[in-house]
Amino acid sequence: MADTVVLAADSTIGEPAINIAIFGAFVLVTLVITFRASRNNKTAADYYAAGRNISGQQNGLAIAGDYLSAASFLGIAGAIALYGYDGFLYSIGFLVAWLVALLLVAELLRNTARFTMADVLAFRMRQRPVRMAAAISTLAVCLFYLVAQMSGAGGLVTLLLGVEGDAAQALVVILVGALMIIYVLVGGMRGTTYVQIIKASLLIAGALVMTLWVLTEVGFNLSTLLGDAQQTSDTAGTGINVLAPGAQYGATATSQLDFVSLGLALVLGTAGLPHVLMRFYTVPTAKDARRSVQWAIWLIGIFYLFSLVIGYGAGALVGPNEIANAPGAVNSAAPLLAFELGGTVLLGIIAGVAFATILAVVAGLTITASASFAHDVYASVIKKGAVSPNGEVRVARVTAVVIGAISIGLGILALQAGLNIAFLVALAFAVAASANLPTILYTLFWKRFTTQGALWSIYGGLITCVGLIVFSPVVSGDPAALFPDVDFAWFPLKNPGIVSIPLSFFLGWLGTVLSKERPDVDKYAELEVRALTGIGAEKAVEH
Amino acid sequence: MTPPTERRMLTPEEYRQAQDSPEFTELRRRFRRFAFPMTVAFFAWYLLYVLLSTYADDFMAEKVFGDVNVGILLGLAQFVTTFLITQLYVRHAGRNTDPIADEMRDRLEHHEYARGTGAEGAPRG
Repeated sequence: MADTVVLAADSTIGEPAINIAIFGAFVLVTLVITFRASRNNKTAADYYAAGRNISGQQNGLAIAGDYLSAASFLGIAGAIALYGYDGFLYSIGFLVAWLVALLLVAELLRNTARFTMADVLAFRMRQRPVRMAAAISTLAVCLFYLVAQMSGAGGLVTLLLGVEGDAAQALVVILVGALMIIYVLVGGMRGTTYVQIIKASLLIAGALVMTLWVLTEVGFNLSTLLGDAQQTSDTAGTGINVLAPGAQYGATATSQLDFVSLGLALVLGTAGLPHVLMRFYTVPTAKDARRSVQWAIWLIGIFYLFSLVIGYGAGALVGPNEIANAPGAVNSAAPLLAFELGGTVLLGIIAGVAFATILAVVAGLTITASASFAHDVYASVIKKGAVSPNGEVRVARVTAVVIGAISIGLGILALQAGLNIAFLVALAFAVAASANLPTILYTLFWKRFTTQGALWSIYGGLITCVGLIVFSPVVSGDPAALFPDVDFAWFPLKNPGIVSIPLSFFLGWLGTVLSKERPDVDKYAELEVRALTGIGAEKAVEH
Repeated sequence: MTPPTERRMLTPEEYRQAQDSPEFTELRRRFRRFAFPMTVAFFAWYLLYVLLSTYADDFMAEKVFGDVNVGILLGLAQFVTTFLITQLYVRHAGRNTDPIADEMRDRLEHHEYARGTGAEGAPRG
């Protein structure tokens, strides 16, 4: 049925010139908009929170732009194309997770914090230790996520831009990093927001076109699409039932438990991702924060439904062997399908969108990490609050450059070490779910929670999560491990969430009941009244 | 809403009075009555789905019509419930918590919870 593309395994597809031209156009347009946006960047609230006057609908789009990383776009479609059902499971975890943010976190955070996650975590605690802990965990999550995106960018070029070799890939990572630093330095949060809005619109429009195209091919019949995907998989001799669960994770009892562990981290991680939380501060009120999550849930959900069609469409029309043998393997499913459907032009558009995706996500991560360092570590811990807002923003800008440079370096290293990108993203979610979410929930809802409880929960979650990874088959004792020749792995799972998340909740409770410090009832009253009524919430900046 | 004039900060006393007021107790009750059970419900439903996908793959591979099986349908049902809970929450907040929150915020801005100025049971809109 499917007339598959004939291409050599090591060649690129499409016309690199078109891919580069479309990507270049995106960069040009967003840079112009970023420079225009920079005219309004005067105060700290402008730089960190876009003056808090992004509308709920715009912010919903920006959240989708921030959240739908290349791992979501290329990774999920590819996982569905190759493993079928198990790829679909990822997207469900990523989506359901937003209900935690909607019901328990977004509005209350908007009402109580100013710029960072630490603002709310330290609200009724001893400031410096809690801010330090929250900043460390923010930086850890952002760095894992940044490295994943950066090395993803390097991996994409071989496929899309027709360049090969370590040096060329490294050059692309440097280019992406440099652009990201420019967006953040010049545009601040407002510029970053516009980049994310444009990218989300392009991404969703591109996915819609591909989805409709695939559906036309199968007569708008889901059953036919699924049947075709299965048939292509059978013909290719993969021996995989792409319609049933278990193709990727069902092999052994350990891999099954690993999947449950991953599922937990996905659903509990989102509401603890610092760059997601920071987006809630860019709207004028808590009601707008609610509206932005409502928009985000619909946009992200619809996008993942498109991914289901695109993934099975790639499986049916391109075929699993073509995908697995293409440069970029799993990640090449969506681009290969675009080429199959619409030739070089559609491929060029999808390739440009994939790069835009990476740029928008890394810019959001960089501004979050730099805000956390400048606002929490520099202004509160080092200078003890004795710093002007302008001084703080200056430090944030310098930090953005430093973090950009570090992530470029680590991204190139990760790329050359062949580190699995999906795994790095899963690790960022696991750290967010373990170190951040328990403390956020305790802070907002548990009257007795104390500084010691917060510290035990943040550090306990962070250390357990990263520690278990170090002693897992991801790092050693496995042919696919980072260090395949040594074996110091004693923790059997690749995803630590099932241990580290409950442990962090437990440590938060234990640290609290064992602490001598009495909870600050006045501060809790202030936090609770502000969180639910919105009194004293930071106002939008008027220009 | 309020003019951006220089205003007196709220005192800890006022926050305590506001927190102890019956209208705040009602606001908190309405917020939690929806958010907490709904969180338990969607989390349990998601967990059930993940566990079924992991440990009951034969059941999930059962064909319902054509090539569409139980697993795909339950997965799509996760999307439907997520959209549904989102809309239900937005409606609940608009109808049941926003009016109290708006009114309390207004009264707090006018320092009506300062000691002795009718902290308890002031009439509501």
